[in-house]
Amino acid sequence: MPSATIRPETQYATLHQQGEAAQLGMWVFLATETLFFGALIFTYYLYRISYPEAIAHASEDTVLWCGSVNLALLLTSSLTMVLAINAAAQGRRGAAMALLLATIVLGFCFLGVKGYEYAADYSDKVVPAVNFTLKPGEPPASELFWIYYFVATGLHAIHVTTGLGLLLYVFWRLRQRRVTAAYYAPIEVVGLYWSFVDTVWIFLFPTIYLAGRL
Amino acid sequence: MYQWLPFWPPISSKQGIVVDDLVIAEVVVSTLIVLTVFGMMVTFCVRYRRGSQASRAHLMRKTWRIEIGWTVATLIAFLALFAWGADIYAWLFRSPPGDIEIYIVGKQWMWKVQHPGGQREINALHVPTGKTIRLVFASQDVVHSFFIPAFRIKHDVVPGTNETLWFKADQPGVYRFECTQYCGDQHATMTGEVTVMTPSDYEHWLTDQGVGQSLAEQGESLFRQYGCSGCHGPNSTVHAPSLNGLYGGLVHLQDGSVRRADEAYLRDCILEPRTFTVAGYPPVMPNFSGQIGEDDLMKLIAYIQSLAHRSASWR
Amino acid sequence: MAMIAAEAEPTYLDNENTIASWLLTKDHKRIALMFLASITAFFFVGGFAATLIRLHLATPNGLLQPSMYNRMFTMHGVIMVWFFLIPSIPTTLGNFLIPLMIGAHDLAFPRINLMSWYVFNLSGLVLLYALIMGGVDTGWTFYTPYSTSFSNGYVFAAALAVFVNGFSSIMTGLNFVVTIHRLRAPGMTWDRLPLFIWGIYSVSIVMLLATPVLAMDTLLLAVERFVGTGMFDPLRGGDPLLWQHMFWFYSHPAVYIMILPAMGLVSELIACYARRPIFGYSGMTIAMMAIAILSFFVWAHHMFVAGISIYSAILFSLTTFFVAVPSAIKVFNWTVSLHKGAIIFDAPMLYALGFVLLFTIGGVTGLMLATLGVDVPVHDTYFVIAHFHYIMVGATVSAFFGGVHFWWPKMTGRHYPEAWARFAAILAFAGFNLTFFPQYILGNLGMPRRYYTYPAEWQSWNLLSSAGASILAVAYALPLFYLGWSLFYGKRADPNPWRATGLEWLTPSPPPKDNFEHTPTVLIGPYSYDPESDRYTTQDGVSHA
Ligand code: HEA
Ligand code: HEA
Ligand code: HEC
Ligand code: CUA
Ligand SMILES: [Cu+2]
Repeated sequence: MPSATIRPETQYATLHQQGEAAQLGMWVFLATETLFFGALIFTYYLYRISYPEAIAHASEDTVLWCGSVNLALLLTSSLTMVLAINAAAQGRRGAAMALLLATIVLGFCFLGVKGYEYAADYSDKVVPAVNFTLKPGEPPASELFWIYYFVATGLHAIHVTTGLGLLLYVFWRLRQRRVTAAYYAPIEVVGLYWSFVDTVWIFLFPTIYLAGRL
Repeated sequence: MYQWLPFWPPISSKQGIVVDDLVIAEVVVSTLIVLTVFGMMVTFCVRYRRGSQASRAHLMRKTWRIEIGWTVATLIAFLALFAWGADIYAWLFRSPPGDIEIYIVGKQWMWKVQHPGGQREINALHVPTGKTIRLVFASQDVVHSFFIPAFRIKHDVVPGTNETLWFKADQPGVYRFECTQYCGDQHATMTGEVTVMTPSDYEHWLTDQGVGQSLAEQGESLFRQYGCSGCHGPNSTVHAPSLNGLYGGLVHLQDGSVRRADEAYLRDCILEPRTFTVAGYPPVMPNFSGQIGEDDLMKLIAYIQSLAHRSASWR
Repeated sequence: MAMIAAEAEPTYLDNENTIASWLLTKDHKRIALMFLASITAFFFVGGFAATLIRLHLATPNGLLQPSMYNRMFTMHGVIMVWFFLIPSIPTTLGNFLIPLMIGAHDLAFPRINLMSWYVFNLSGLVLLYALIMGGVDTGWTFYTPYSTSFSNGYVFAAALAVFVNGFSSIMTGLNFVVTIHRLRAPGMTWDRLPLFIWGIYSVSIVMLLATPVLAMDTLLLAVERFVGTGMFDPLRGGDPLLWQHMFWFYSHPAVYIMILPAMGLVSELIACYARRPIFGYSGMTIAMMAIAILSFFVWAHHMFVAGISIYSAILFSLTTFFVAVPSAIKVFNWTVSLHKGAIIFDAPMLYALGFVLLFTIGGVTGLMLATLGVDVPVHDTYFVIAHFHYIMVGATVSAFFGGVHFWWPKMTGRHYPEAWARFAAILAFAGFNLTFFPQYILGNLGMPRRYYTYPAEWQSWNLLSSAGASILAVAYALPLFYLGWSLFYGKRADPNPWRATGLEWLTPSPPPKDNFEHTPTVLIGPYSYDPESDRYTTQDGVSHA
């Protein structure tokens, strides 16, 4: 089946222009996201300076292997994502779809591990406002760490979920042949977003898991 | 000083006069700027209204020189005002040691005042003229702000820390003070009166209050009650720093930093001992946050301050 | 000729007229009108609260319960800032004019544009829910720990409303930035952009970089309020000043979000009615970008007495003085732009002149606040209230009204009644000064803000202010009537009734659905007015008498 010709929307003169606009839009959006997470990480550092011991202490109670496995999963998924974009750009539709599928699977694995980790945290009684209890000798400010932990990883998980939604959408468009070598901006833009989600984890990882361990 | 000006508030302190000079200077400069802009606008509007005969030839176009010119001019004028204001601010907010230290606790919706001699009052403050009065604030609940318009001083009172203000009143009289940070329903009624008296009237007032124990004395008994003396007392076996002569000096902390031992520092020592440690001591002091209320804290601090005047050989 | 063109191509208004065609439209012009309806509604709700405030303060003991009064000024502030003034010029005039002015057929992302409107209304509904259920009494600044642990209002819902509202801001800002970067007509280089576009561009950047911080801030607040965590609670080691820092990190840039579009807009009006090029075009553009960037480095000037260190106070005072410099450039340039013009005093021009004057007064009093020693006594008094109403109401709202009048023929194809409009403009100016000038004096006398009661000796000033507010209310309600009237009975408008130079005046009034039949080619910069010969040249290079 010959791929249907894709035409630009009315406000664009060419597909090229449309693709560029989409890219710029995503970059600008990521700038706002950077400030969003930046503000959170900033508050974290503020409290880390005020309560170095409490934060370090609390950080030791996080599940290091979960965080590390997740880091590996996300980094790998970024690789498959980039390869998928490359394949799409070269018109290798089958390869692009396979790589995209791999990315999606890795993303779901991330969420699975995260869910497991939350369950472990729950039984460790570190969920603020639900069952938070100070361990003997633990300074009270460590609760601040756990608030940060849940807000940060929770927001990140929401971003991962959104990313997965976008990936599925692009996958579907690939299947429909509405992303082709001639117009592959959608997969590129979603790829940008996915790398951002990955980058956020690279920043969260040390603040959460390594604060008390280095 | 500027009482002859219409719509000017009464001013009765050294600060008031210093601040007012600057306020007046700014009003004058601002008025001049507004009048210049307004004057130019009106002149141009009349002269160059549509249909007027004025010549429109040779529009001003080359602009950089003009723009940079007036930008620099305005900048210089205002940098002078900035420096003046910054100077006053540093002077206002760097409290000198007070002749009299008065403790004030803000809570929804009243100000509780404690004099060093143990006298208490609510929503009222009695002070003598000519003395440097130092006010030490704490809040029991939300952020309040203490403002005496006639003295032109104001400071937010933030829970979780101690703030200070100082003034030197020169005219006896009764002046208003207010809470200026929104703190709930009755924020608008969190006001009171400062009564400035001559020193002799003030002495009378103090004795009329029926003195009980002074603040520091009350603090001393609390010091035993809370078990502080067990470690910080003269014959304790715990390796804890002596508090004699501590207040006002510099303290070296374990992490290498240095802090001045003011009210906020003492407060942190008592409520958050684990966030920092005095150099050379084990971090064993228990955490008293949640156990000592603002009132008691003030008394303990007053007591530790009173120790400052005893001999402090080891420091 | 115009008649035939109109018949050949239906305008955006009567292209298709079912309810669904409006609610699902992707046309930026229709979305602009929908935004106009939404924010006008909010303006009147906020204005109603203001009316109650002034009515209450006419006597020292007022007529509302204290808790009611506190809810009123909170709602007034929240609605006026986030639901009226921040979206006002960008989402209505900006939405309508950006594609027209740069010669594009729509915004870059029409669906996101529509979504922005829905999100905006959704946040409005959440806010109205909070309002109806019992209101919020924290002030628009939501200072912690009062808002998190003590207030018994609907803080959670209000914070959520502000949070959701932020998404609308971000979507709109993103759309504008991409559109201005990518969809300019051939020849529309950066140095040929109308100043209104520059204003919108700079404001979009501020929106994009500041709003996310507010989003995080309100999110933490909502979490703390809802599940009782302790980020801002001093009893649990949290820091109440952290809230203030994060809030002002957003809200100071936000005040420039409220002025920058107005600055651009007024430049258009002054050039057109003075019939001469704006003085110092590049200076104006640089000034706007400078304000946008510097605005991020001054936030702590709201916290001079909050307990920040003396050194940071001095630093922030200095940066605040610097951010005033570009404003000074602009004021001088506007004033000089009147020199050797051929000035026409139509209603939009009256609003623009009022803007410059009131902005100057509000601005220089802002500098007094920025001066450390002076801010100490007047912080959180009516002096501050007067300062920001001079800028936000006196300047920005005036500019908005001026802009709506100026582009009314373009938007609706009808002329507004000039005499009524001039009357309303003058009335608003008079009423405004009567309302807010006494507040400077009250502030200096020491009347704190957010007080439901005050000593009797201050009543005369408060009474004057209340009297002024009632005049202002009339002046702001008037346009509703005569503009509504003009929709049906107003004179029909030509494509270019004001003999202006922008691209938006090249298409019929109202424009067809796709704006331009052919994408125009731009040959010259904006504002080619010649007061000597009384000719002007539109941006496509055609000279007119
Ligand atoms: C649109 C809104 C807007 C704008 C544009 C501004 C502009 C400015 N604001 Fe204002 N401000 C607010 C809205 C705004 N403000 C609000 C809402 C608050 C209170 C919030 C709250 O607490 O609820 C506030 C509060 C506020 C404070 C804190 C007061 C306090 O709480 O104690 C300060 C202090 O520095 C300040 C300063 C300034 C300055 C220096 C400018 C400058 O940008 C002004 C620059 C303009 C000029 C200077 C005039 C033009 C220049 C000339 C005519 C040339 C001559 C000038 C020179 C020689 C320099 N503002
Ligand atoms: C951003 C824009 C904005 C606008 C446009 C306004 C507009 C007005 N505001 Fe302002 N105001 C704020 C932003 C704004 N305000 C903020 C942020 C605060 C701080 C809040 C806080 O402390 O948290 C504040 C606080 C504030 C106070 C201080 C309250 C206090 O601290 O106790 C006062 C008091 O006079 C006031 C008055 C007014 C008046 C009279 C108007 C007038 O200009 C309004 C005129 C408009 C109308 C009147 C509506 C149109 C006409 C009608 C509706 C017809 C009449 C109809 C009926 C009455 C049914 N406002
Ligand atoms: C179990 C022993 C112990 C008790 C009880 C105790 N402290 Fe301490 N305190 C210490 C030690 C040890 C240090 C030094 C290490 C540190 O800074 O934590 C210290 C430090 C201090 C300091 C700072 C001293 C300096 O040199 O800077 C102050 C002030 C203080 N304590 C006051 C109090 C008060 C008030 C109480 C009672 C409410 C109290 N302490 C109860 C052991 C104790
Ligand atoms: Cu206490 Cu306002
Ligand atoms: Cu500001």
